[in-house]
Amino acid sequence: MRPFRYARAAHLDDAIAAGSESGTAFVAGGTNLFDLMKADVLRPDTLVDVSRLPLDTIDDTPDGGLRLGALARNADTAYDPRVQSRYPMLARAILAGASPQLRNMATNGGNLMQRTRCYYFYDTATPCNKRAPGSGCGAIGGVNRIHAILGASPSCIAVHPSDLCVALAALAATVRVTGPDGERTVPFAAFHRLPGDTPERDTTLEPGELITAIDLPPQGFAAHSTYLKVRDRASYAFALVSVAAALDIDGGTIREARLALGGVAHKPWRDSGAEAALAGKPATPATFAEAAGIVLRDARAHDHNAFKIGLARRAIVRALTEAAGGKHP
Amino acid sequence: MIAKPRIPDLLPEPGGPVGRPVPRVDGRLKVTGAARYAAEHPVPGLLHGYVVSAAIARGRITGIDTAAALAVPGVIEVFTHRNRPDLARFDRTWQDGDAPRGSPFRPLCDDEVQFSLQPVALVVADSPETARYAARLVEVTYEAREHRTDLHAHRHDSFTPGKAKGGFEPPPPPRGDPDRALALADVRIDARYTQATEHHNPMEMHATTAVYHDDGTLTVYDKTQGAQNTRSYICKVFGLPASAVRVLNPFVGGAFGSGLRPQHQLFLAVMAATQLRRPVRVELSRPQMFSFGHRPETIQRVALGARRDGRLTALIHEAVQESSRHETYVEIVVNWSGQQYRCDNVRLDYRLVRLDRATPLDQRAPGAATGVPAIEMAMDELAFALDVDPVDLRLRNYTDTDPNTGKPFSSKELRACFAQGAERFGWARRRPRPRSMRDGRELIGWGVAAGVWDAMQGRATARAVLGLDGRLTVSSATADIGTGTYTVMSQIAAEVLGLPVEAVTFRLGDSDLPTAPIEGGSWTVSTVGSAVKAVCDRVRARLFDLASAMDGAPLGGAGARDVTFAGGHIVVTADPVRRVSLTDVMRSGGLPAIEEEAMSLPYMVARSRHTLGTHSAVFAEVRVDEDLGTVRVTRVVSAIAAGRIINPRTAASQISGAVVWGIGMALEEETIFDHTLGRCMNHDLAEYHVPVNADVPEIDVIFVDERDTVVNPLGAKGVGEIGIVGVPAAIANAIFHATGVRVRDLPITLDKILMRQEE
Repeated sequence: MRPFRYARAAHLDDAIAAGSESGTAFVAGGTNLFDLMKADVLRPDTLVDVSRLPLDTIDDTPDGGLRLGALARNADTAYDPRVQSRYPMLARAILAGASPQLRNMATNGGNLMQRTRCYYFYDTATPCNKRAPGSGCGAIGGVNRIHAILGASPSCIAVHPSDLCVALAALAATVRVTGPDGERTVPFAAFHRLPGDTPERDTTLEPGELITAIDLPPQGFAAHSTYLKVRDRASYAFALVSVAAALDIDGGTIREARLALGGVAHKPWRDSGAEAALAGKPATPATFAEAAGIVLRDARAHDHNAFKIGLARRAIVRALTEAAGGKHP
Repeated sequence: MIAKPRIPDLLPEPGGPVGRPVPRVDGRLKVTGAARYAAEHPVPGLLHGYVVSAAIARGRITGIDTAAALAVPGVIEVFTHRNRPDLARFDRTWQDGDAPRGSPFRPLCDDEVQFSLQPVALVVADSPETARYAARLVEVTYEAREHRTDLHAHRHDSFTPGKAKGGFEPPPPPRGDPDRALALADVRIDARYTQATEHHNPMEMHATTAVYHDDGTLTVYDKTQGAQNTRSYICKVFGLPASAVRVLNPFVGGAFGSGLRPQHQLFLAVMAATQLRRPVRVELSRPQMFSFGHRPETIQRVALGARRDGRLTALIHEAVQESSRHETYVEIVVNWSGQQYRCDNVRLDYRLVRLDRATPLDQRAPGAATGVPAIEMAMDELAFALDVDPVDLRLRNYTDTDPNTGKPFSSKELRACFAQGAERFGWARRRPRPRSMRDGRELIGWGVAAGVWDAMQGRATARAVLGLDGRLTVSSATADIGTGTYTVMSQIAAEVLGLPVEAVTFRLGDSDLPTAPIEGGSWTVSTVGSAVKAVCDRVRARLFDLASAMDGAPLGGAGARDVTFAGGHIVVTADPVRRVSLTDVMRSGGLPAIEEEAMSLPYMVARSRHTLGTHSAVFAEVRVDEDLGTVRVTRVVSAIAAGRIINPRTAASQISGAVVWGIGMALEEETIFDHTLGRCMNHDLAEYHVPVNADVPEIDVIFVDERDTVVNPLGAKGVGEIGIVGVPAAIANAIFHATGVRVRDLPITLDKILMRQEE
């Protein structure tokens, strides 16, 4: 990889100051960043190592929710008893991703920042607007079986690869961010962005801003939620389609619903319209199919990924059915 | 019926280690990390080369700017076609022992780009990190020409190759009138089967450490399946005498055929070492492992006609396969169909299409793992159409002679494979109707397929040295690519001389050792094992002669057939108190060591009168998610007939590993090409899917008894490849049984199942 400067931040302020310089990247677990640097996809001048900052705890919040430290490891988060009992959908999503070794290294904040697995993004000999703005999109008209069916643009049809983020989207988590102008909170739905004509930007973070924590609201839908991941092999593959489904059911009637998809868009795809349509309805397959129809009403296929539309429809119905049944394998 | 010839030197019924599950003799070295692979040999002053790969599929290099790379501290040199040394001119000089007809790729030869990811420069630096970084700074500009990488788009622009490669047999001439017979058949199947390109992707990436010595000689650690093939290539290309080059490959981290030909990292490392007069290592990256040979993409048509009773009346199998523009790679794809089933009207046809890709390369059961799945899926379709059990249909068309040649099989216990495999699997409980077995949302399917592979043998030499310490060292320049060669050769030697396996050291992986061919084609036990037996037979004869001449006649005048070698002694079989230790024999003869060398040759005459092969019956169970199309393989039983099994532990490991790969072929493995760019896009192990542990079920391996006196003195056929051949079709057939959906395009990913379901 290209030579770079390395600085270890002892304090959050130091990290923010250093991270505000252009050409700087924060690094924690490094499970995605280092790969991308070796592939010459990312070329930071300076790495600011934030892994020693005291942001690795998981704490109860006064409102009854849970605060996931940005530097808490994915594995520690998934196996935290509070996460397992109160947010089982989140635990399940984390364990559906990567491998044990990677989950041991990868941090929660880093998971939000991981880059797409689009082939063209990874191969510097090919065009990619996300990697090299203006070079074109190789996947449009190219190989696009794993690409987006929702929210894509003529510039980019890449998908976000995270499992954890899909569950966070469904849980309506809040991302706590500290930057040169102090701390702010970002609703999860507003953290990642659609490609538009600036696909090089995955998130709404500003330069120098660092994720410090992810807040989970008290409602974890522990009784009726699931995370379903459909992929090309049983483990260690990114989602073709994944679904985080959560229901609050009262006597067979849905009081509140949450529905988010992975593997289908440039960001975790939460559809509040579908959620609203589920509320007040009986928890039946017909209701679920209707919700799936709403989620996919604007779905658009490319040459090789038309199957994802039907697959997503089936996966949504399956996930909601499992959630309603309270199944937690 | 041709009488079997009398063969005098068969291995007697073993009483020693042959046939026992001896643990790998090199296992400890491997698990402790003491076994060194090609890129792991420590060399003082080592330089590191990193390859710059072409960004286009076809065209010309118009410029290479190396200034920025050369300016990086630690960079020693950047080699391109402009500053490479003068090299051999003629194609035959570049042809290695596994080369097909044509003009082998010559790295850095000129400005022509023949395929995407072709090496176009080598950056040499004092550390691998510096070399890799500087390689990014080499600016290459191209003038692209129109390329073609899409087999489907160009499948009609094909030709019929001749005998373009050693071991290849063109299809036999047609028999009868297959088209008419097909038209008149009671029941017909006629379908197209396709299979994706696959790259070998052994765990160890291709690497070479070339050590240049002051006297101009070279020691080369190479990832290869043939140290002597590598040496010969180096000597021819660089104009060196054999005595100046020693190639070592004591351990190879998987190869599956990728090491049968010298790959470009070898050339580049040797070129840099000889030019710089320094030791140089070149190790390919995982994406660069997609820059050379691969299992070729194939399109096939199988048409079967049958009578109501299931007897085949017509068999047509046509295949179109990719080769490169510069070489004519061929493999036996369609001949197996004519060999496996009795049928009077047969046409087998094999054609090639030239594409702008690297030349394909033998990959585990080359050709058979492509062609047999097609005929075995077609047989399953026929069984369904006839409402006949798929095992029964195969038995109704069973043949004990090879219909392609009219010759008998030297042995063929395929019936026993079906019987024992079916019994173990519980096949009798199968409900024939598709979609008739389920568990909740999961559809359960059971499928079966047969497999076949050759039992080849080549010529090899082995040397044996028995010391006064009772230790035996046997050597031959073969390889152990993880298959267990070290172990089984030690067993064979120990068996012949009645020694414990621990008293035997087998040496391989060194071009200075006695001649052995490349390790491939499942022929190493047959080829090298026979040489090991032959040389140990000679040592045995020497020992017996010496013992017979000893004072006091410890063997009491017993003849050579009256004694047994066991426990380090020669023992009179009928009177075991009469015995003498091997070391006493040597001392009495005044010999500090007994050294012998022997070459073994195949039984050419007997072989020419037979067809020799290994066979298998594979049974698979799948569970398919009815809504999502995901497939889990939950059980596999593989019954194998491969003659005598020297070591059931290492042999079963070969079969299990091949089943795992077969699962990959059936469900996951595919090199995905962007034909606009002419480039494969999923060139890493995150996106090129092979089975993970969670994909691999219980695998039950059965070796059926099979006696064969033609194949070689050991009666052993080799098991490296037969294990994969039947697996893809068994799984595909199980998916049909589960879902009622027939996907004829490997790999069977869930999208194909869902889309067929919707049709």
